[in-house]
Amino acid sequence: MSSQPATLFDKVWDAHVVRKITDGPDVLFIDRHFIHEVTSPVAFLSLERRGLQVMFPYKTFATADHNTPTINQHLPVQDPLSAIQLKALETNSGKYGISHWGLGNPKNGIVHVVGPENGITQPGMTIVCGDSHTSTHGAFGAIAFGIGTSEVEMVLSSQCIMQPKPKKMRINVNGELGKGVTPKDVVLYIISKLTAAGATGYFVEFAGDVFANMSMEGRMTVCNMSIEMGARGGMIAPDETTFAYIKGKDRAPKEEAWDKALAYWKTLKTDDGAGFDKEYHFNAADIEPMITFGTNPGMGIGISKRIPVTQELGSGRSSYEKSLNYMGFQEDDGMLGKKVDYVFIGSCTNGRIEDFRAFASIIKGRKKADHVTAWIVPGSHVVERQIKEEGILDIMQKAGFELRQPGCSACLAMNDDKIPAGKYAVSTSNRNFEGRQGPGARTMLASPLVAAAAAVTGVVTDPRELMN
Amino acid sequence: MSYDKFTILKSTAVPMPIENVDTDQIIPARFLKATERKGFGDNLFRDWRYNSDNTPKKDFVLNNPLYSGKILVGGKNFGSGSSREHAAWAIYDYGFRCVVSSFFADIFKNNAINIGILPVQVSETFLDKIFTAIEANPRNEIEINLPDQTIAILSTGESESFEINGYKKHNLVNGYDDIDYLQAMKGEIQSFASASVY
Repeated sequence: MSSQPATLFDKVWDAHVVRKITDGPDVLFIDRHFIHEVTSPVAFLSLERRGLQVMFPYKTFATADHNTPTINQHLPVQDPLSAIQLKALETNSGKYGISHWGLGNPKNGIVHVVGPENGITQPGMTIVCGDSHTSTHGAFGAIAFGIGTSEVEMVLSSQCIMQPKPKKMRINVNGELGKGVTPKDVVLYIISKLTAAGATGYFVEFAGDVFANMSMEGRMTVCNMSIEMGARGGMIAPDETTFAYIKGKDRAPKEEAWDKALAYWKTLKTDDGAGFDKEYHFNAADIEPMITFGTNPGMGIGISKRIPVTQELGSGRSSYEKSLNYMGFQEDDGMLGKKVDYVFIGSCTNGRIEDFRAFASIIKGRKKADHVTAWIVPGSHVVERQIKEEGILDIMQKAGFELRQPGCSACLAMNDDKIPAGKYAVSTSNRNFEGRQGPGARTMLASPLVAAAAAVTGVVTDPRELMN
Repeated sequence: MSYDKFTILKSTAVPMPIENVDTDQIIPARFLKATERKGFGDNLFRDWRYNSDNTPKKDFVLNNPLYSGKILVGGKNFGSGSSREHAAWAIYDYGFRCVVSSFFADIFKNNAINIGILPVQVSETFLDKIFTAIEANPRNEIEINLPDQTIAILSTGESESFEINGYKKHNLVNGYDDIDYLQAMKGEIQSFASASVY
């Protein structure tokens, strides 16, 4: 460790460099590795072909989530290809002695929900998974990011990956958030300012009052979407909120080990005077509930605003027009009042208990709009149990909503939860790419409050109008 | 998986002047269900390439017989979104060995290099020149010289240099991969792990 002022990111990264290669990447040691059924089978296959072993099986955790049904999970999986992938995850995990939370296991759920929920995710760690939303775990002051299948194989066989150290960016948001403005709105606002590629090549630290005052669930939502502005990952310095969340969790350090860990975790913050390659400052008061109108997460606006008229030329203009054309929207259209066919609450972005509490706060005493199909999908069985115990299920049922079973579901529509072509969905997930939620599906990303307001009114609605 | 060596590639190119081509477009999630790495090229750009009844969309560049080659040229921010390496596999399996753009998303860029596809980042101006050259004549060739780190439009003689770190370049030129490297330093990793607090 140098005595120079260092950023949080530097401290964690530098503590994990096994070897620095001149004119090449760093060899980075990985503390926790999550795997799921979709991006791991080929890695195991290749491992086997090369005759390699898993170096530290206890540092890898498997859960099934991407390709699982969200109803009737007790029955055999209908889709034969999905069933084969799920079986492969189980077999590979068993063969190499990796912890496996398959379908039906009470610990099962979306990888980025169950990791933190079980205390597997801790400050100061390096965490990877073959999934770009691994950035979620950065909420704990960990360096966490998505990797490809070749890198999954590297981690399995050597517990390391090889990557150049990214540049550093700090995004500060200070002030107080207005009524109805949630962590999702904060991150959609930031991405709309930076664009979908604005942080490519950088690792982001989120700093300022807004994040300091945010719950762990909210911080996870924000870090989750750092990849949507191209960032390698995003992180937030751990504090008392972080420590309180982790304490007592299943796999969290206990007793003396806890005290020792805590002492270390408290050093994990950016020193005064540490340098960033780029820095942004935003005011919390400028943020309103957000919604996207286009086909990348950077195309978001305040819900009361009109779709911007593009100033771009050339391929920028044609890409913008292609995007609006896909959505069936026009420049200068208002978003409020647009018809909504589907509502999806869930995903690693907004599938935690706070998100369902927010949803319930709007639908309570109201009815689901008749023409809206709503998929309400908890991020894990733990969240599912919380929903039931807190009486949210009751509120949902009275309002005409059903609760499904945990999984990634309509966020990426690998399973049967696909939005039909041409239909409009307000979704609490993370990507509005063409066809992301099903071929031809039209996605508007928003917070659970905005999604709930759409679910009961059937049109894009400012949730503040429905809040007391 | 070690791959073919990459030194000099001279080929016609397929133009795709669209920005923010995300990995969901390159290969939609519903085609990620395989447990082996084969056949992904058939579903490359599936929903841009085929109608819902599986008939080819005539106006999509991969269905236009004028365009072919081992080089795919995309608009800026190519490969954003999901970390699925399947996107790189699909591009490779279809027959491309190089993707050119003015800007790449990080994870895609890593994935591509890791399987032996060379991502070549050029300036916006040079990218426009490539598109113009292909538009003028789809038979115009592009030459990528990895040892020299240059990309040239052969019809006009214009060229530009591109960046790649020495380690990755050495790997691609020789057909090595990171796993070979990491396996050779297992002892060092083992000692590092013993000192880890996690």
